[in-house]
Amino acid sequence: MASPQKTGTEVPGGAADVGFPPFKTETFASQLLWLAIFFGLLYWLVSKVFAPRLTDVIEGRASRIARDLDDAAAAKAKAEEAGRAYETSLAEAKAKAQSIAQAKRDEVNAGVEARRKALEGDLAAKLAAAEAQIATTKTKAMANVEGIAAEAASAIVQRLGGSAPAKGDLDAALKAALKA
Amino acid sequence: MASPLDQFQIKPIVSLGKIGNSEIAFTNSSLFMMLVVLAIGVFFMMATAQRSLVPGRLQSFAEMLYEFVANTLKSAAGKEGMQFFPLVFSLFLFVLTANFMGMIPGSFTVTSHIIVTFALAMVVFLTVIGVGFAKHGTHFLGLFVPGGAPALLVPFLVVIEVISFLSRPISLGMRLFANMLAGHIALKVFAGFVVSLGALGIGGILGATLPLGMIVALTALEFLVAFLQAYVFTILTCVYLNDALHPGH
Repeated sequence: MASPQKTGTEVPGGAADVGFPPFKTETFASQLLWLAIFFGLLYWLVSKVFAPRLTDVIEGRASRIARDLDDAAAAKAKAEEAGRAYETSLAEAKAKAQSIAQAKRDEVNAGVEARRKALEGDLAAKLAAAEAQIATTKTKAMANVEGIAAEAASAIVQRLGGSAPAKGDLDAALKAALKA
Repeated sequence: MASPLDQFQIKPIVSLGKIGNSEIAFTNSSLFMMLVVLAIGVFFMMATAQRSLVPGRLQSFAEMLYEFVANTLKSAAGKEGMQFFPLVFSLFLFVLTANFMGMIPGSFTVTSHIIVTFALAMVVFLTVIGVGFAKHGTHFLGLFVPGGAPALLVPFLVVIEVISFLSRPISLGMRLFANMLAGHIALKVFAGFVVSLGALGIGGILGATLPLGMIVALTALEFLVAFLQAYVFTILTCVYLNDALHPGH
């Protein structure tokens, strides 16, 4: 590009072109100066701008991924916790339902038992009353039977003997007969 | 017919005066250094403008470069090595971009001059020494004494370790410089064959296809070398910085 023009204008350049270019010491100072300037500039750019930016991005991404993984693990633990809580509450509810059912059953049983007892008591009382009534009726009947027997016996004796027996004899005889 | 070395000529664009024998000038080399930094700057400015959680294409690429260099640094020098990240990242980007920009036909390869690569290597070398002594004081010299060596051998080993330590900036700079220089010369030489043979008529044009194919292959190789040398420079920098942080063997 610019080289043909330069070789044309640089007259001493023609003489300097003889020899191995990398070993021409007179060009060293200039190369070192510009290398120091440009490499220094590059170093400054890399250390102050590019490297920190890239470090930020890469470490930011790494920490973001780590944080997201932690969040996911925490969410999983929470979900498992919720699952366990659900299981325990379900078990509790089942136990409670069973105990309620049991209590109700016991209550109902107790009620039934009480009613049965009351009914039985009632029936027993009625039975006793009936028996008592039967007994009184029987006693009454027996008393009547005694009277009737006395009358009948008196009538029989009157008809056979002609005269009614004494009241005292009749009673004693009757008593002895009934006792037998 | 241009010499294969012409592409490495430093040509002043704006002269700023002289210091002794050396001309201080804004040269084609300076221009390409500027373009390198400008290209890196523009790319990263655009790539990091959004700083979004889900990166776009540019940001993805920038993050890829970042993590590539960061992982290299961490595996060589440990977590504490990250304090040198800006330096290592700058070196990697500068060398990589300069190497690739040199692959554009007609451009200038900044890293094909030993003074540039040596200066970059010296930056690493002086950083290692400075940080090593600042962090560990005289314990840093323990770097030159291999642990568990027999007492008789220690003086020799220390001499060898010191020489190997001092030759680091030379080998670090020389490796990059020589690779870039040799590759570009080889490309230019084969390109010269194509032109010379092409001038010989129909037979020459047919014969020129051979070096032409060679150029295609070499160009692919040079792209690989451009990346590889930037990577080698970076990983060696990391290894040397590890010595500054952990001088005990």
